[in-house]
Amino acid sequence: MTKHTATNDTTEPRQMTGAEMVIQAMADQGVKHLFGYPGGAVLPIYDALFAQKDVRHILVRHEQGAVHAAEGYARSTGKVGCVLVTSGPGATNAVTGLTDALCDSIPLVCITGQVPTHLIGNDAFQECDTVGITRPCTKHNYLVKRIEDLPRILHEAFHIAASGRPGPVVVDIPKDIQFATGMYSRPTEFPHTGYHPKLKADPAPIKAAVELMARAKKPIFYTGGGVINSGPQASKLLRELVQATGFPITSTLMGLGAYPAADPQWLGMLGMHGTLEANMAMHDCDVMVCVGARFDDRITGRLDAFSPNSKKIHIDIDPSSINKNVHVDIPIIGDCAHVLQDMLHLWKSEKKQADKKAIGDWWKQVDKWRARKSLSYRPSNEVIKPQYAIQRLFELTKDRDTYITTEVGQHQMWAAQFYHFNEPNRWMTSGGLGTMGYGLPASVGVQLAHPKSLVIDIAGEASVQMTMQELSTAVQYRLPIKIFILNNSYMGMVRQWQELLHGSRYSESYSEALPDFVKLAEAMHAVGIRCEKPGDLDHAIKEMIDIDRPVLFDCVVDKAENCFPMIPSGKAHNEMILGDSGVSLDDAITEEGKMLV
Amino acid sequence: MNANVPSSTSHYPTATNVQKPETHTLSVLVDNEPGVLARVIGLFSGRGYNIESLTVSETEHQKHQSLITVVTTGTPMVIEQIKNQLDRLVPVHRVVDMTISGKAIERELAMVKVRGKGDERVEALRLADAFRARVIDATTESFVFEITGKSDKIEQFVALMLPLGLVEVSRTGIAAIARGPDPM
Ligand SMILES: Cc1cc2nc3c(=O)[nH]c(=O)nc-3n(C[C@H](O)[C@H](O)[C@H](O)COP(=O)(O)OP(=O)(O)OC[C@H]3O[C@@H](n4cnc5c(N)ncnc54)[C@H](O)[C@@H]3O)c2cc1C
Ligand SMILES: Cc1ncc(C[n+]2csc(CCOP(=O)(O)OP(=O)(O)O)c2C)c(N)n1
Ligand SMILES: [Mg+2]
Repeated sequence: MTKHTATNDTTEPRQMTGAEMVIQAMADQGVKHLFGYPGGAVLPIYDALFAQKDVRHILVRHEQGAVHAAEGYARSTGKVGCVLVTSGPGATNAVTGLTDALCDSIPLVCITGQVPTHLIGNDAFQECDTVGITRPCTKHNYLVKRIEDLPRILHEAFHIAASGRPGPVVVDIPKDIQFATGMYSRPTEFPHTGYHPKLKADPAPIKAAVELMARAKKPIFYTGGGVINSGPQASKLLRELVQATGFPITSTLMGLGAYPAADPQWLGMLGMHGTLEANMAMHDCDVMVCVGARFDDRITGRLDAFSPNSKKIHIDIDPSSINKNVHVDIPIIGDCAHVLQDMLHLWKSEKKQADKKAIGDWWKQVDKWRARKSLSYRPSNEVIKPQYAIQRLFELTKDRDTYITTEVGQHQMWAAQFYHFNEPNRWMTSGGLGTMGYGLPASVGVQLAHPKSLVIDIAGEASVQMTMQELSTAVQYRLPIKIFILNNSYMGMVRQWQELLHGSRYSESYSEALPDFVKLAEAMHAVGIRCEKPGDLDHAIKEMIDIDRPVLFDCVVDKAENCFPMIPSGKAHNEMILGDSGVSLDDAITEEGKMLV
Repeated sequence: MNANVPSSTSHYPTATNVQKPETHTLSVLVDNEPGVLARVIGLFSGRGYNIESLTVSETEHQKHQSLITVVTTGTPMVIEQIKNQLDRLVPVHRVVDMTISGKAIERELAMVKVRGKGDERVEALRLADAFRARVIDATTESFVFEITGKSDKIEQFVALMLPLGLVEVSRTGIAAIARGPDPM
């Protein structure tokens, strides 16, 4: 044998067991970390893990945590996140995470163990129909029935997870296949002739889009998670195009960081809890350039009143995102980076100029909305306002290499409004599914990928209790994550809706019997900090940052604060409620609106 | 500034009833692998689309491909979604809208069991002949007819057999193919 390097060897067929193939395929794919939890149906794979050093296994405390950790890992690196769980309960525990990844287009490969082939369908111990259960919550899934298929399926799973619109892929491997021996090599091509995501778009709609943009009088860029999915190059090109045109830009929750929040052309997030200027500009614009966003209902509000007078350009890699909710005039199917590159090239080569006078007038209008300062809130010297807490957290961490994850609720929205992102991949949040319990395990994954960085989970006291146990994982692997709890003693987002829609009847939304988070942290070998006064906050945050261990920070905030601005149910973009506007909440929502929260 | 939009509906997209529902026949070429039909059917039930008729069969054994023919109803926007959602499934190679491409031929086969004696029996046979249905099973008191054609022809035949002792109908669902020399 005259083969030189290990990577060259992988193209040469070698004999190994199915379990070894799983690990070898991961190593060949460059996987460094695997989040998992053992059980009977994956023991051969754990045996294969034991014998090697390429892939490091991270033992979580719950399979849902494994998937969220892999999501955080993937979103912060742009790589595929990897998960390994056992059959039956292992697989079903992973379902929430898989669904979350599907909704937010996160690339994952999840290996599940299955009972031996001859027992499938027999209600065997810890058997469940994993491919059946996960079919609607994965981009694709496989049940491996022959060892000969395993190498191809494993590599195909990575290919499908990462390419096109990314998503989770499950590979269900019966135990006998893990034990079986076969020939392994890394395949170079995939026979799925039906799967060809289109990266480069047709030139005609790109040309039409550029023409339309050059004629626009009240244009806006509406960008989303697709720019992040497309990679850092897409963010770079987006910046160039936005600056070349001089148009205002807003983004969805999922797209934060693709365009720098510090730039004057940035209007802040749009949508239900977006800024007045972003939503009003969307409503009144004449040309909308949607880049990798999917016209989600948190964005459009009332569909028949959504940006009624604009021509819409929509760049998306997934044709099913086009015309799903909103009819668009110029669909462009392709990858953001490719399309933005082509648009920018055309804009420059044809020496296109925005209509300076019109754009100037448009900015004057936008600045009037801006002057309304829609994110303002009533400050306090007595209690910590949650907005203030995020502002201080931002000020004290912005010059560091920081990554933010969140749970779901008001704190998530305040984080989106008051923590400003200037780079992509720095913001990990559960947008589509809105999974409470996402942030803590996600921060575990982020910290593993970025050991030297400051990783903070902005949490709510209710959400954090859903996956609290992953603090042990952080302690075990010495991951100094910071869990910054905005503790308002309520499921605040639920409480806000109850105040709005249900006559302030706070049914089951009070966080009763809360643990003493400081003692809890200590019991789990982490560090606990409590802060109750605005005057102590800066000092406490600095202390948190300086501790090189996991910290649970219990930030006791105003219990009754609501998250504004807000477009109430049943209303259009130009009918927002603002925080200090004095509008009675009860009057703000229609009866039909109440049905559809 | 927003006076001309209709009054409040909801924060979720409302079913915009401005478009009229249409019936479309879709030919879906798929890899013939386990679970592929479940994916297609699951997509329809999961997303609330209608299935009016569904046929599946292997087309080319060597290529391991099957053809699924689905007849579905929806507004033009929903039909577009259905096609895009189907196309997104990994084992789906092609989705062709036979209704849009125009010149498609659609056929269905039915077997119709009729029980009767005397005049009714004679009348059933006479009508079957008029519809070019073949007798594929007979006893002294029953017939099984085989009939092919467009769905409305089959429906008409079944309706005529009803008063003549119709016992059972078994239909294949619709198969479709494009006219002319080219493949789909
Ligand atoms: C409590 C709560 C409140 C919320 N409030 C708001 C709110 O006020 N505002 C808000 O914005 N969101 C809000 N959300 C989030 C919201 O639910 C959606 O998750 C979010 O708006 C979707 O973002 P997106 O449109 O960027 O789509 P994503 O889900 O990020 O989808 C990305 C789109 O880009 C496409 N794409 C993927 N990769 C590429 C590529 N390489 N090239 C081109 N296209 C690509 C995909 O096909 C898809 O269409 C809230 C969520 C929660 C839980
Ligand atoms: C798993 C799950 N269950 C229920 C919900 C519904 N929900 C959305 S926000 C919320 C309350 C969150 O409370 P907390 O974590 O304290 O955050 P806050 O809103 O107070 O900042 C609930 C129950 C959800 N999003 N996810
Ligand atoms: Mg809370």
